[in-house]
Formats: sequence, structure tokens, C-alpha cells
Amino acid sequence: MEKIFQKLSLASASIVFVLLIGIFFTLFNSSKEAINEFGFNFIVNPDWNKEIVLNTPNLNTVDNVDDDVIADEDDEDEVLFDEDDEDEVATKTVFGGLVPIVGTLLSTIIALAFALPIAMGIAVFLAEIAPQKISNIVGIAIELLAAIPSIIFGMWGLYYFAPIVADIVGGYQVSLLTAGLVLGVMILPFMAAITRDSMNTTPSVLKESAYALGATKFEVIKDVIFPYSKVGIIGSIILALGRALGETMAVAFLIGSIFVLPEAINDPTISIPVAMANNFGEASGLGESSLFYLALILFVISFGVISIAKFYFLKRGK
Amino acid sequence: MPIMNIKKFSFTYPGVDHPSLKNITLPIMQNKITALIGPSGCGKSTLLRSMNRIHDLYPGNKYDGKIELLDLETGKKNNILEIKKENEFIKLRQQVGMIFQKPTPFPMSIFDNVAYGLKIAGVKNKTELQGRVEEALKGSALWKEVSDRLDKSAMGLSGGQQQRLCIARAVAVKPEVLLFDEPTSALDPISTGAIEELIVELKKDISIAIVTHNMQQASRISDYTAFMYLGDLIEYDATENIFLNPKEKQTEDYITGRFG
Amino acid sequence: MRLLINKIFLALSVFSALIGLAFLAWILITLFIKGLSSFHLGLFLNDLIDGGLRNLIIGQFILAGLASLIGIPLGMTAGIYIQEYGRGKYASLIRDLSDIMMSAPSIVIGAFVYAVVVIPTGGTSGFAGAIALAIMMIPVVINTTDNMLSLVPKELREAGIALGASKYKVIIDIVIKAAKVGIMTGILLAFARIIGETAPLLFTSETSNYFSLDLSQSFPSLTVSIYDLANEPEESSRDLAWAASFILTVMVLIINLTGRFITRNKK
Repeated sequence: MEKIFQKLSLASASIVFVLLIGIFFTLFNSSKEAINEFGFNFIVNPDWNKEIVLNTPNLNTVDNVDDDVIADEDDEDEVLFDEDDEDEVATKTVFGGLVPIVGTLLSTIIALAFALPIAMGIAVFLAEIAPQKISNIVGIAIELLAAIPSIIFGMWGLYYFAPIVADIVGGYQVSLLTAGLVLGVMILPFMAAITRDSMNTTPSVLKESAYALGATKFEVIKDVIFPYSKVGIIGSIILALGRALGETMAVAFLIGSIFVLPEAINDPTISIPVAMANNFGEASGLGESSLFYLALILFVISFGVISIAKFYFLKRGK
Repeated sequence: MPIMNIKKFSFTYPGVDHPSLKNITLPIMQNKITALIGPSGCGKSTLLRSMNRIHDLYPGNKYDGKIELLDLETGKKNNILEIKKENEFIKLRQQVGMIFQKPTPFPMSIFDNVAYGLKIAGVKNKTELQGRVEEALKGSALWKEVSDRLDKSAMGLSGGQQQRLCIARAVAVKPEVLLFDEPTSALDPISTGAIEELIVELKKDISIAIVTHNMQQASRISDYTAFMYLGDLIEYDATENIFLNPKEKQTEDYITGRFG
Repeated sequence: MRLLINKIFLALSVFSALIGLAFLAWILITLFIKGLSSFHLGLFLNDLIDGGLRNLIIGQFILAGLASLIGIPLGMTAGIYIQEYGRGKYASLIRDLSDIMMSAPSIVIGAFVYAVVVIPTGGTSGFAGAIALAIMMIPVVINTTDNMLSLVPKELREAGIALGASKYKVIIDIVIKAAKVGIMTGILLAFARIIGETAPLLFTSETSNYFSLDLSQSFPSLTVSIYDLANEPEESSRDLAWAASFILTVMVLIINLTGRFITRNKK
């Protein structure tokens, strides 16, 4: 019985390992078609689901004249497959992931820039300023904010937050900016909580020594607590970044969902999770494979970022 | 007549290169109380914990020498250091029980706590269980205080009561030897007195080894005393001899408080 | 001067806390106002096809419940392995991988399940959705089990072993019991988290307008339907989306607060 239990628990634990590898390989496998077709060019190509003309770029316009009747790939002229074929030019549909990739990265950066100062302020408040009772209550409130489903952030963001932002800053209500800001509100509680926990690991004696020298609270925080918990704080920032990268629903409501690179921060665009959310249903073939390619890229980036946070900064003391 | 014979026993913790116990030879006399005393780090707890091989919860230990346990049922002496199989370990711990420094009531009712060892040993009959639980609680001087709330959680008892509960729990399986690892250091003086009385009572049926850093306690209740220092057994003798007439200078220094 | 800087800093800090609280209040008040204004009992009596939310609410619970049936046992036994049995690098690796998976993008999990369940079985299904939610739940349950078990003092385990109990008995009878409250809270919080998820369900179980208990087809989901409704042009759809959002948030917060309440009592 003991042995059975041991083996069972080992098997369950191994599921984590198996899942992670399984996810990676499945994504890789399903994106093979797109990888083979586009290679690394996928990452820098802004055209999504566009039909482009094959071969020479100096034949922009459709020319009805053809010299030979034979379809030849090396032929510098247009290629006609069949005289009966209605399409005068051969085209193919290409998918390029630049726009969603850029959208994902930029929206995350905006979120971080917005959330960081506020989260730090909240953490300082909870850890050092507020008396115990207030710290508990506010702490719970912040954790409740974290518990709110992301789709709710999307609804509230779209109908209440975004219009106000657009009024202040101008531009579209659905844009990179509004998506980034709502994303910021979402990662705010998470960053605040981990930072507060890191700050609380500072030994009291250290703080007391500084106060005993006549330091102000600000100075104790700046010169003792922050340096001591620096590692944990940076870790929390990077971890929050990792989470923001993968956020779907809130961003889906607010980013605009168009495959166009934003020219201004308040232009609509798209992110990887949103591209996936909107298109998976109808996609097939190369399109579907391209979505998986995007998923793979996102997975690798998230995994990398979160691993960095974990292994360099958030070492678990066990 | 020793119930346990420790012969040239050395012990090394996993991942450490020097042994924590060096060549210890020591008998545990039957139906007597043997105290292990010495300054912090001398190895007395390490030695005690070897006697029921609880070290093996944390694999990688190195043993040398022998620890022979007399099996009262069969009359045979077994080297407990050779035990490898799960069921043999279980039998060992049913023969050699342990009480810890911090009272460790299980998160269950008082009755279930005391009955736990019995249930594991396969006792299922309700009447038998009730009888043995009552016997054990009486033997631990706890019955009067808890007989009307046996089904209440053990966590509601005071520190002293919890420790007596742990003793009842260990005694219920009728072990040959009971190991006490500083059993009163977390308790107040009155509870300490009660437990000391209890231990002296217990030696009628059980052989006892007790680790204590409280010399007065050792001289009060033990029949034999072993003084240890930095992993060595410095001196072993009847308690009066150790305290009134120690042979080794180190023993004398410790007893008189010059160090430790 | 130093005192002035100090005052400013502290004021900023309090101000940030107020901002955080303000966002929470703003969102909750919005939900209350918009949600209550479209609220009527019919929401609980009719299915989406008739303008109600009944099938969606029940469906979401079923999906989360099925996910829990899979995720909780797996997560707990894995957490037990890491804390109680694992000795070396493998246990640490699993712990780290599990932590990483906790923050993994939920839509990627959805894509994974799409590839390994939806495509081979030929279509979306409640099962696929539940599996996706279970995958999200497992690392959270592992984490909470691992943490709660680590809080149990080692003497308790040793006392059990010293009585002759085998390791698994000690774990089940004593250690888990001792950590029971914390683990329960953790599980409740994990449940609250997955019941609010949308992305993993989007293309695995999608949603349905009808009442359904058939897990082999597209399965009604409150969260996915909120997304669909919000994207529809009709005002009435939007109102329904708000009512649904309100109900969803109330559900999640109640479960979350219940979990915290349990621990509070035991302190």
C-alpha cells in the first residue's frame, strides 16, 4: 500500500512535467506548416492573411499578356497556369506575426509602466505605513481586485475606463493605450502583493537600527528595505510581466483587433492572445498553423520571462 | 539485564564527513531509567533517535557497530541497525516508542489519539480498543481529567496534558522501551513534576531512556546516567556514582557547572 | 527638508493605495449598477435562447466542477509527492515547473487542448473545456498543497512514524489533517479562479444557447457567452452581458471570500 501510494504521487507529480513538454511539442508540431512556410520571417512580417503576388515585385499590376503557355517557376514573367484560369496572377496567402508580437510586447510595457509606481506605493502602504488592521483590510481588497475575472476587466474597461482615457488623451477608445492601461490595473494587485511580501521579509532589527539612527520612514524604506528586498521586488515585476504577456480577455475588448501596426500609442492594433482568440474558430490550414506559430512564440517568451523571474530573483527558501 | 545493548556504535549524518557519534558502547537496563546528559551538540539526541531508527526518515545516514534489542516475546537479540524492510521498521517502532520535546497531539480526538498506535497494529475490536485506551490514559495519570471528553479534539488540552496524552498514546501499544527526548523542556515546573512522577511509575513495565539537559532531573529520576561530550561517551555508571563520585574530570566539570 | 520628502513620499504611498481601492470600487460599483439594472429573476429561469442565463450559470459550474474532479486529486497527490516524498532534484524541478505553469498564458493552454482533444475528437466539447480548466487548476493546487504541508511541524510526522505508522498513513491520517484548513482554502481559491476563466474555453468548449448536460458537444459557458454577447450589436445583448458579468463576479467573490473566511476562523 505504501509503495502504491508513493508511485501514485510520483505519477501525479510527473504529469506536470509531461504536460509542459506536451504543450511545447504540440504547439511546435501544429505550427510546423507555418514554420516551414515562413521561417523566422514570420516574426518580422506585418502582413497577416494577405494575398501577395508571387515572384517579381516589379510586376505590380496584373498584366494580361504572357509570352509562353508553359507554367515555369523560373520565368520572370507572370506565370499562367492555365489559359482558362481566371486569376491572371498567382498569389499566395501569407501570415506574418509582427503586428501581434509588437502589440503583445508594447501593451505589456505600457501596463508595467502604469502599474509599477502604483503597485510599489500600495506595497509600501501595506507593509510599512498602515496600522495592522487597515493593512489587513486593504490587503484583502487588493486581493479581491486580483480575483476579479479578466473578462470583467474587459467589460468595465471598454464601457467605462476607455472612454475616459480617450477623452483625456484623444484618439480611439479601443487602442494599444487603453488595452495597456487596463492590463496595468489587472497586474497591479499581483505586483503589490508580491512586493509587499518581499518587503516583509526584511528583519525588524535592520529597520529598527536605521530608525534608531534617526532615519525617516522614507529613508528606511529607500535605504534599508528596498535594497534588502530588491531581488524579490524585481522578481515580482518580471513575473507580472510574464502574466501580462498572456492576458487575453481584457485586451480582446480593448485593443481593437486589427492587424495594423499602431502609428500612435492611441491607435488600435492586436496582440497574440487576441489574434488567437478571434481567429481560432474559423482558421484552417496555413492560417491555423500560423496561429499555433504565434502561440508557440508566446509560450516560449512567457516561459522564458517567468523562468528568469523564478530562477534569478524569486528563489524559494525550502 | 539489558533490554538494549549499544555496541561500538558510530553515526554519521548524510552529507557530513565527520561522525556525530563515535564508538558508543552502552547498555539500556531493563525496567530502569537511563539518562543521557551532556552539553548541547554532544550527540545525546542523535543517540536516542538511533534507538528507534527515526533517523531513517531522512535517508543517507551511515551506521557503524551494533544496537541489539532483546525481543521479550522470542527471547532473541536483534541488531536493529540491520533492519531494512518496511514491516521490520514498523515492528521496531512498536517495540521502541518515542516521546518528543514538543507535545505532538494528532489533529483528532483524545480517544483517537491514544487508539492510533493500536489501530495501526491491527486492533479493531471496539471493546478492546476502549479498554486499552482507558488503561493507557490511567497509566498516564490523565484518565480522570479527560474521561468525560474523549471525543473532543486533543488540541484543546494544555501543554502538560498534551504531553501526558502523547505518553498514553505511546504506552498503549505496550512497547518494551520508551525513549524520551527532553520531554519536559517545553513545560512549566508543575507539569514537569507530574511527568517525572509518571516516568518513574512507568519503569515498572517499560525500560526507559531519557535525554535531558536538566541535570537535577537526571539525578532525581534516573537509575543510570551516561555523560556524553562531542560525540563520545565519556562516562556511564549508576546515577549516584556519576553525580557524587564521577571518575572522569570532564564529567565532574559538567556536573559542577563549569561548562555546558 | 528630509521631513518634507518623507511626508510627500508617505502621501504618495497612501494615494496609491487609494487609487487601488478606487479601481476596485469603480469596477464593483459599475457591475452593481449595470448588472442590477438588467437583473430579473427570469435570468435564472430561462436559458440563453430565451434571454436568460440559467444554462450558462449551470454550465460554468459543471465545467469548473468537472475540472476540479480531475485537477484536485492530481494536484494534491503531486503536492504530497513534492513535499513528503521528493528528496532530490526531480521534486525541486517539478515544483519549479509547476510554479512556471501557474503563470502560463491561458489561451496557450486552450490551443494545446484544441490540438490534442478537439481536433482528434472532431469537435468542441465540454470535456475539452473541462480538461483545459483542469490543466490550469493543477499547478495552483500543487502550490497550495505544497505550501500548507510545509507548515506542518516535522515533529508531528516523527511522532506518527515513532508509533509504527507507515509513511503514507502518517501523511493521510496526520499531516493532511493538520493542514486541512489551509488546503481547503487553497482549493476554494483555485476553484474561484478557474470558474472565472474565458480564454481556455473559447475554442475548446465554446458555449451554447441551450440548456445542455451533454459534455460531448459545445457546452454552455457563462464567461464565453459574456464575450459573445458583448460583441453583438444589440443593446439587449449588451445588457445581458452586464447582468451576466455581475452574476459571475458575485459568484467568484463569494467563493473567494468563503475560502478566506474558513482560514480566518481557524486562526
